[in-house]
Amino acid sequence: MTELAIEATGLAKSFGATRALGGVDLVARRGTVHAVLGPNGAGKTTAIRILATLLRADAGSARVNGFDVASQANKVRESIGLTGQFASVDEDLTGMQNLVMIGQLLDLSARDARARAVELLEWFDLTDASGKMAKNYSGGMRRRLDLAASLVGRPSVIFLDEPTTGLDPAKREDMWDVVRSLVSDGSTVLLTTQYLEEADALADEITVFNHGLVIAHDTPYGLKRVVGGQRLTIRPADPARHDDLRGILSGIDALGEHVPQDDGRGTLTVQVAGDDVLPDVVARLRAAGLAVDEFSLHLPSLDEVFFTLTGTRTQDAEEVAA
Amino acid sequence: MTTMTTTPAANAAITPAGPAARPRFRSLRHAMVLAKRNLIKITRTPEQLIDVTLQPIIFLLLFVYVFGGALGGGSQHAYLEYLLPGLLGQTIAMSSISIGQNMNSDIAKGVFDRFRSLPIARSVPLVGAVFAEFFRYLLLCVIMVGFGYIMGFRIATSPLALLAAIGIAICFALSFAWVSVWVGMKVRNPGAVQGVMFLLVLPLSFGSNTFVRTSTMPGWLQAFVNVNPISHLVSAVRGLMLGGPVAVPIGWTFAWIAGLLVVFFPLALRAYIRRT
Repeated sequence: MTELAIEATGLAKSFGATRALGGVDLVARRGTVHAVLGPNGAGKTTAIRILATLLRADAGSARVNGFDVASQANKVRESIGLTGQFASVDEDLTGMQNLVMIGQLLDLSARDARARAVELLEWFDLTDASGKMAKNYSGGMRRRLDLAASLVGRPSVIFLDEPTTGLDPAKREDMWDVVRSLVSDGSTVLLTTQYLEEADALADEITVFNHGLVIAHDTPYGLKRVVGGQRLTIRPADPARHDDLRGILSGIDALGEHVPQDDGRGTLTVQVAGDDVLPDVVARLRAAGLAVDEFSLHLPSLDEVFFTLTGTRTQDAEEVAA
Repeated sequence: MTTMTTTPAANAAITPAGPAARPRFRSLRHAMVLAKRNLIKITRTPEQLIDVTLQPIIFLLLFVYVFGGALGGGSQHAYLEYLLPGLLGQTIAMSSISIGQNMNSDIAKGVFDRFRSLPIARSVPLVGAVFAEFFRYLLLCVIMVGFGYIMGFRIATSPLALLAAIGIAICFALSFAWVSVWVGMKVRNPGAVQGVMFLLVLPLSFGSNTFVRTSTMPGWLQAFVNVNPISHLVSAVRGLMLGGPVAVPIGWTFAWIAGLLVVFFPLALRAYIRRT
């Protein structure tokens, strides 16, 4: 067994005149979570489909578990699990039937396939719904069934394409717990996401994609050091006091030279080194009698990450692409 | 989900048999698993069975009672005897249209991404779907012969010959289904599959000896009818049910079955692999 579970070099893929991947490198060590971060259309899904042997790259090469995805596709397929962006379950089959079918396709006997299905349904809290058709599942349940289906064969490398997109925050945290426990069992997880927060919470390493190219590859700590730490976002209750707020924030020495950013929706966001500065900000707001609707400390959004890394907003970048 | 972190990890416990553990007839077994999937899907939408249940009954009634008097020389019963074996060949070819339609919409679903990511043969999802058709074709034969029996149809040979007739009709339909699967993989939407397949099946089924004797047709048409695979199938089925020489039509029918498989199975498979 090699140390690297995923090892891709120079992957390129175009669909007609559209370039989806322009030569990317991607490496994931065994037993780690690797997050691919990027906006829609960055090439994340294309990369996953190539690594999961669904798509052939135009150029470059990739090995998963030491096997070449092009020439040893079946060897790769024996050890991977794939959870697509759109749930890859059969809607007309029940949860149980879906999992038993996958088990039998993986050469489990009918009995073992059923036992494995029962185990997974229980683990994903789907036991009560096991006899219901998947089309009657909620979005979250479908996502869980999909993930369960990709785990039937106990894959050592698991691809999760935007596993939490469209899930509410509580369900998202549940999914994060699942990912963490998979890795603690020794599996390698490659996941794509549009949220720095998610990548930061789960990943050992993050690769940032933009327009089919890698624009950053680092640990979450390293990436955050580049894009700056947390952001403080404040929205004054009275929109007319927007400039007063800007004055207050500009007057705080601890914020240094970071200029408050106006998002055009009535909020101001400023980069902060840590939460030490918060009491000072609150005190000054109170002294000025400035009431706020929103006061939040958060990691930079994908948009802010891209602004720092590329100097353009993701929307601008998409327009350029279009 | 709340207990998730404390439950035993999903990746321990039972060891998978592993693809190498049961190597014999792997793909055949996988195809059976997917045939079962297709059969379950049919039970979810039983309307999918109309073309093998109501359609043959309606065809029998219409042709026997509308045309039977004129074509059977005044005897509807005589025409029923002549027509039923032919109609069996015609409707079974027609009912193969639906597999292409179904595959066309099925393949767009996410579950095919899953099939592609599994260590199974590429052909398995297609072969599984065709296997499931067996039950539809069998149902068609049972209904056709059963309803014909109620209308007064009697076989002149033996039950064994009847089974042989049904067997050869199903074999033909299973190979003809690959044409439909191929079309289903090539065209854009299910409606187009039906359009293309109708263009193919209609002249084949009417330009045959299904409804009237070939000798009543103009020479150029006879030339077509005599090479038409459905004519060979109908002659074989008719001979097996009513008596008469069957060796030659059976031979031709199996030649067509082999030919259809050799040509259209690889075409369908290639079209499926290219369609991503």
